[in-house]
Amino acid sequence: MTSYLLIESRDPFESHGLAQRCELASALVAEGAQVTLFLVENGVLAAREAAQVREIEELGRLGVTVLADDFALRERGITPAQLAREVKPSLIDALVEELGRGAKAIWN
Amino acid sequence: MAPSKTITILMMDAPYEQARTSTAFRLLHAALELGFSVRVFAYEGAVSLPVTQQKPHANALHGRSLEEEEHPNPHTWVSALLARAHERGLAFDWVNCGLCVDERGATEVVPGVRRGSPADFWKMTAESVNTLVIPTR
Repeated sequence: MTSYLLIESRDPFESHGLAQRCELASALVAEGAQVTLFLVENGVLAAREAAQVREIEELGRLGVTVLADDFALRERGITPAQLAREVKPSLIDALVEELGRGAKAIWN
Repeated sequence: MAPSKTITILMMDAPYEQARTSTAFRLLHAALELGFSVRVFAYEGAVSLPVTQQKPHANALHGRSLEEEEHPNPHTWVSALLARAHERGLAFDWVNCGLCVDERGATEVVPGVRRGSPADFWKMTAESVNTLVIPTR
């Protein structure tokens, strides 16, 4: 099974990046691919439950693994308890490990 | 011991501009800690990351001395990554795009950084298990 690693670094409220990642993830899952979305930098703002980001809920429904860089979360004062249930905090090591496993990676 | 797997990362952002630079350095460090050899192709503004003329400074606005400010310079991060790779017995190859260097006059760089061309990036990619391009905006 082909694996894809989508890395989103942009604030979901100032770019359409996350919506486009979600659309891409949906298409890839439909093709039978395994998809991981890794949120870094301002991308982690989408991880907050209170933000009610529709795309995150949709990714969870599709079975996409959604990880948020713990460093970026801590920089922005976002605690694990504040995360949407679809999102798991993660060390950046997970991103490197996915690369090591050969996942096709796209950074936005 | 089996040779380590290699990951290539392409960087484009100039120092002190974007969070992507810090994230890229964290990725490189994590890769070394996980036992990967690393290749970096620095393109466009990223060729200035290993420039040795970068100087730390005090922060008069906050009343902090040079030592208190502890201002990091990217070239020291590059050197630290090279040293860490050496400690771990891993390869760490940093190539600065030559044309980008000439355009910016970014010629004085830390030891271990070499000059190359996009052909080197192609070769790095071909010899790595994976490549991550971190684009600029």
